[in-house]
Amino acid sequence: MTLNPEKLLNDFETGSKRALARLISLIENNGKLADDVRDALYQKSGRAYRIGFTGPPGAGKSTLVNQITKAYRQQGKTVGIIAVDPTSPFTGGALLGDRVRMNDLTLDDGVFIRSMATRGSLGGLSTKAQEVADILDAFGKDIIIYETVGVGQSELDIVEAADTTVVVLVPESGDSVQAMKAGLMEIADIFVMNKADREGADRAIRELSAILHLREARDWQPPIVKCVAVKQEGINDLLTAIDRHYCYLQEHHLLEEKRRERFVQSVHSLVSTRLKNEFWDERARRILEQHIAGLDQRKTSPYRAAQQLIDHFKQSLAKQ
Amino acid sequence: MDRKIRVLVAKPGLDGHDRGAKVIASALRDAGFEVIYSGLHQTPEQIVEIALQEDVDVIGISILSGAHMTLFPRIMELMQEKGLDDVLLTGGGIIPPEDAEKLEAMGTGKIFGPGSSTQDIIQYIREWAESREQTETK
Ligand SMILES: Nc1nc2c(ncn2[C@@H]2O[C@H](COP(=O)(O)OP(=O)(O)OP(=O)(O)O)[C@@H](O)[C@H]2O)c(=O)[nH]1
Ligand SMILES: [Mg+2]
Repeated sequence: MTLNPEKLLNDFETGSKRALARLISLIENNGKLADDVRDALYQKSGRAYRIGFTGPPGAGKSTLVNQITKAYRQQGKTVGIIAVDPTSPFTGGALLGDRVRMNDLTLDDGVFIRSMATRGSLGGLSTKAQEVADILDAFGKDIIIYETVGVGQSELDIVEAADTTVVVLVPESGDSVQAMKAGLMEIADIFVMNKADREGADRAIRELSAILHLREARDWQPPIVKCVAVKQEGINDLLTAIDRHYCYLQEHHLLEEKRRERFVQSVHSLVSTRLKNEFWDERARRILEQHIAGLDQRKTSPYRAAQQLIDHFKQSLAKQ
Repeated sequence: MDRKIRVLVAKPGLDGHDRGAKVIASALRDAGFEVIYSGLHQTPEQIVEIALQEDVDVIGISILSGAHMTLFPRIMELMQEKGLDDVLLTGGGIIPPEDAEKLEAMGTGKIFGPGSSTQDIIQYIREWAESREQTETK
């Protein structure tokens, strides 16, 4: 594999999709990518608007992403899509099937789709997905769309990564109590009631809006958009809702705030991983071993062990 | 590096069953691969473009329609055009042994005929990935 990062960066700058795809893999694999390459990429990013789609399995997220992407393409905007699916904790494998609904975008040169597995990175998805979004942004995409299933932790990560979060529900799952449990209620900037061709859609919308009205009034009241994604119904309403949310963020200077938060979060996460790597040198591992050996006679405690490790780390810093 | 083997499972052509391809996709996932499943009726152009965007290591094609002697060479041609020269192209379906031989001689990876098990395919991909890793570290 030709993974020379400088060469990749050069090709990337001339618009090579192959180089883009390879750089994404390097990020995903925690491959060696010098900070100056990362800097160069990061400095080119910051223009794209980022939209997250989440919701229960099978709600129609991919179908919606497909439709909304076509709508943006008609406006002349280019789109990058990051479709996230869970890694099996047992085998480490993943089945990434979102592209099935997006086949008519494959040959559109203004669209780049990347499927990503969570790879069991605890809360790390956010940083990874964001780094991938930064690259797509640097490549020149106007809109970045994330798709992720809303069942576990990953949808919370997506909120941090996105400017606008769209929660997709269906009449059946729109059993609002269930949705609330899943934590999906709090994160939505916009709700989509998809599969509105099915029975119970209007009732589900009424229930959902009743619950939303029970909450404390807030500046931004999330609208509920009724869609039939397979028939392209409601797509324009969804576009309008996203635009309105974007304007709201801009008027209240929340876009900059979101970007600052994202920056801070990335820095925090980078500092902790890098520090951790430096911290656990050979000597530190040996200190831990000694404490484990003393465990049987309760000659140690986690507190004492941790303090001794930190003292050792400080000393080795002082020596440098 | 925590590298994963990424495999695109695609089913070109017009025959309408995706059960076989789905079974293979799930088996590959259970074997620990990251499987990109793209559904039915893909053209060679679409398959190669997906492989490029997803930066897969392996393209696995299932062909039951009998069009393998045109589809495989076309996919190979496009792979070369797009610079996917280190991607493994393999596959299976209703492909007679003499055709499989011809395709392999043209430069595809192993072509699996009827009666091959998914375990054979999994093992083949694993071995291929291992030998690639060895040549890379040289
Ligand atoms: N009746 C009806 N079916 C729909 C609608 N939108 C999507 N579907 C169908 O719902 C199924 C799931 O659609 P997807 O777009 O794959 O849903 P998803 O939320 O991306 O699914 P996962 O990524 O697997 O969680 C497909 O069979 C779609 O054709 C709709 O508005 N009405
Ligand atoms: Mg999906």
